[in-house]
Amino acid sequence: MRANSEKTLARTGVYAFLVISAAFFLMPFYVMVVTSLKKMDEIRVTSIFALPDAPTLEAWITAWNSACTGLNCNGLSVGFFNSVMIMVPATVLSILLGAVTGYALSFWRPKGTELIFGILLVAAFIPYQVFIYPLVRMLSQVGLYNSLAGIVAIHVIFGMPIMVLLFRNYYAGLPRDLFSAARVDGGGFWVIFIRLILPLSPPILIVAVILQSTHIWNDFLFGLVFAGSDNQPMTVLLNNIVNSTQGEKAYNVNMAATILTAAVPLIIYLASGRWFVRGIAAGAVKG
Amino acid sequence: MAKFSGTRAHVYLAMLPVWIIVLVALVGSTVWTFVISLTNSKLLPIYKFNFFHQYELLLKLPAWQVAVTNLIVFGVLFIAICLVFGFIMAIMMDQRIRGEAFFRTVFLYPYAMSFVVTGLVWQWVLNPGFGIQAAVRGLGFESFTFDWIVQPDRAIYILVLAAVWQGSGLVMAILLAGLRGVDEDLWKATRIDGIAKWRVYTSIVLPIIAPMAATATVLLAVSVVKAYDLVVALTGGGPGNATEVPAKFVMENLFARQNVALANAGAIMMLVAVIAILVPMYYARRYMAQKAEA
Repeated sequence: MRANSEKTLARTGVYAFLVISAAFFLMPFYVMVVTSLKKMDEIRVTSIFALPDAPTLEAWITAWNSACTGLNCNGLSVGFFNSVMIMVPATVLSILLGAVTGYALSFWRPKGTELIFGILLVAAFIPYQVFIYPLVRMLSQVGLYNSLAGIVAIHVIFGMPIMVLLFRNYYAGLPRDLFSAARVDGGGFWVIFIRLILPLSPPILIVAVILQSTHIWNDFLFGLVFAGSDNQPMTVLLNNIVNSTQGEKAYNVNMAATILTAAVPLIIYLASGRWFVRGIAAGAVKG
Repeated sequence: MAKFSGTRAHVYLAMLPVWIIVLVALVGSTVWTFVISLTNSKLLPIYKFNFFHQYELLLKLPAWQVAVTNLIVFGVLFIAICLVFGFIMAIMMDQRIRGEAFFRTVFLYPYAMSFVVTGLVWQWVLNPGFGIQAAVRGLGFESFTFDWIVQPDRAIYILVLAAVWQGSGLVMAILLAGLRGVDEDLWKATRIDGIAKWRVYTSIVLPIIAPMAATATVLLAVSVVKAYDLVVALTGGGPGNATEVPAKFVMENLFARQNVALANAGAIMMLVAVIAILVPMYYARRYMAQKAEA
């Protein structure tokens, strides 16, 4: 009997902890949403936790269409489309390159496999500041600094360590006999990749798409340095809108803009469920 | 034979992009950064060598010292809290609870978002005039004060708070995967022996999942050294220089202050810090692996 009530107490403790923790994680999101649905007059007089009196999407529309950074008042939509233009090619290219390289390294073992693998492993941990200045110089030399192609190239370069490690580890887990049989049948490098390896790759491709698309969308540093003012990604634009010092602050617009920027990775996260966790686990393997 | 060599050529062709990326963009840039750090370059690289002069300057520079001190305070607290909080969350999640998928989604969603988003949300929630402080005062607690974000000696803890919010779910996910790998028989055996559950967790389970905890620690530690976006979005390094960090120092000296050699010396110091984290880790792993084999 005593053991039973102790057990109930323990269960209650577990749920209490989980619910309080969940409240801690959800609170900022809740505040963000209710703030974005209020008018500034209301924000000035009510608590940040209070539900909006008369919910309005005004701040969302302003954030999307006409929020200002300095003298430009074109809204966050510009950044959204820039981010899409950066994310799509950078995700596709880095995954393609990662898959082909991972395949070559696992099955064909060309000279220097160990060296490439070792360098990529270390590079995955190096702070980006170490590479930035020379890369700015190199890209200006070839005329790609401050261009869409330049920022895409940067994302492909820095996606390489994690993508190659991801695909190589996955391919290393495939039975080698499959590959040997295809070789005996006279399959060449590309034929084996396209006919045999790619059809076996969907699980790792999904993980790679989730990792790269969220990662590239969430990038701030590279967008700031390499994209140039015409291709500013959403994160950079968002920070400029919110942290610009001019004028009276429109907190409702700021929060709507923040949610809009978070929306794409959040949707990917919610839609992908356990795949996202798998991606994290795969990323953690690099440790 | 001809076909074989043709195929080999395709392999090397396929490897060409990654070789260029590795040799030029990664290794080449690192070497170049190091070389520039040995010069007196200001706006453009000038190859007049002054060897470790910039490093001497850097280490004596109050702004750099503040940035490094901030990083250490931030890093130690952030990692410690993330590990403890993440471990407790993982244990709680492992109690055959209802709604596990819901809790996992909630604990991990901040990790899916940009640091910029995290910074801006917390900047608003902690805004002394409108945020939590104002809300609690509105409830009648007139003297309630929680304005750390504008207090120079407290703002760094706000950075820790926001970073823990973003990163502790990751630790939970990694450690929970570790807990799920613990043998069911072990739990049966300890139950039969009547060992208290918390003792099993601290004395038996913790050592088993130590490699996962180590992985999480390395990931967190590396993210600490890289910390930039969060600081820019949340505090902008302020108030004053209370939350300045090395990555931000480097960026400012590269692009705003045109102090290229000094900035690159700072970048190399960051690299050294990462190596100092990774090398012991690497040897510890090798040692553990050898012990496991023996």
